[in-house]
Amino acid sequence: MATASISVSETPLVLYALRRADDALISGHRLSEWCGHAPMLEEDMALANMGLDLLGQARELYSYAAKVEAKGNDEDKFAYLRDVRQYRNLLLLEQPNGDFAHTMVRQFFYAAFADLYWRAMMRSSDPTLAAIAAKSEKEMAYHLRHSSEWIVRLGDGTEESHARAQTAIDDLWAFTGEMFSADDSERALIDAGIAVDPAGLHTQWLKTISGVVAEATLALPKSNWMQQGGRSGQHSEHLGHLLSELQSMQRTFPGATW
Amino acid sequence: MATPNTPLWEIFIRSRNGLAHKHVGSLHAADATLALQAARDIYTRRGEGLSIWAVPSNAITASDPSEKGMMFEPAESKIYRHPTFYDVPDEVGHM
Repeated sequence: MATASISVSETPLVLYALRRADDALISGHRLSEWCGHAPMLEEDMALANMGLDLLGQARELYSYAAKVEAKGNDEDKFAYLRDVRQYRNLLLLEQPNGDFAHTMVRQFFYAAFADLYWRAMMRSSDPTLAAIAAKSEKEMAYHLRHSSEWIVRLGDGTEESHARAQTAIDDLWAFTGEMFSADDSERALIDAGIAVDPAGLHTQWLKTISGVVAEATLALPKSNWMQQGGRSGQHSEHLGHLLSELQSMQRTFPGATW
Repeated sequence: MATPNTPLWEIFIRSRNGLAHKHVGSLHAADATLALQAARDIYTRRGEGLSIWAVPSNAITASDPSEKGMMFEPAESKIYRHPTFYDVPDEVGHM
């Protein structure tokens, strides 16, 4: 018997926390998909570790959203009982793992942003968000270092690894712009000093990734056209498939525990 | 899987300040930087360490197991080398 989805009162702060929580859950889930499939045992462990970092971030942010919303939802309900259109993550993070280069480029683009973002959020006037930011920033700094080292080795590696890394950059580039956008709901939190304006981080982000991409002998696309939609629940076809796997147990056996 | 592209590295972890780095295991990695990263992810996941050394396994000179009689057995009969024949005054405490 399937379980109905919950409804969520998306006040600006609840929506804000859910967006960041969904980013962490979806990218963490993607990394968990590598478990047992990575190119080597050492990377298998590394990817699972980083997936768990992100899952930890998701739990804290979902719990905070539940507390702020105060409608009886909790971290599990947010994760397992929302439909694809209720998910608020960045489109970039739901993109399939593809080959190892695709996964590394996706994590690299995001970690380079998230590291800057959480570092800036440590000055949030909201003490809970500032504390989550302080923990997340250290984790994302390592994710950035890990993925940067791989981008350099893939790009400046063999002809095939170079070609795969460049293809991944070209494929994922159009999803990077969404990281820096903020709608009216988020604008209110930015004005109140609770959130930071992601647009202000773009220059530094571009500088960070340009340095690594140049060292890797790769190139960033010239195109400025950027796809939006994840933040308002308009997702690519990939998220539904991800959620059907992620949620299958709770949807089939509601409230099951073990 | 051992391949020429990912040689073996020996990993040493120092768990606390003041202690020595201790061998914890080995791993495969393409180069020193990746070996250090992999060591972090494999051997310090439960807060085991404050410092990591990664050493190429082929840089280690090992004793030959077939020579263990010559190398180590002569020490077994020298019980007087253990400092157990001396009375340590109580005031000294733990040594």
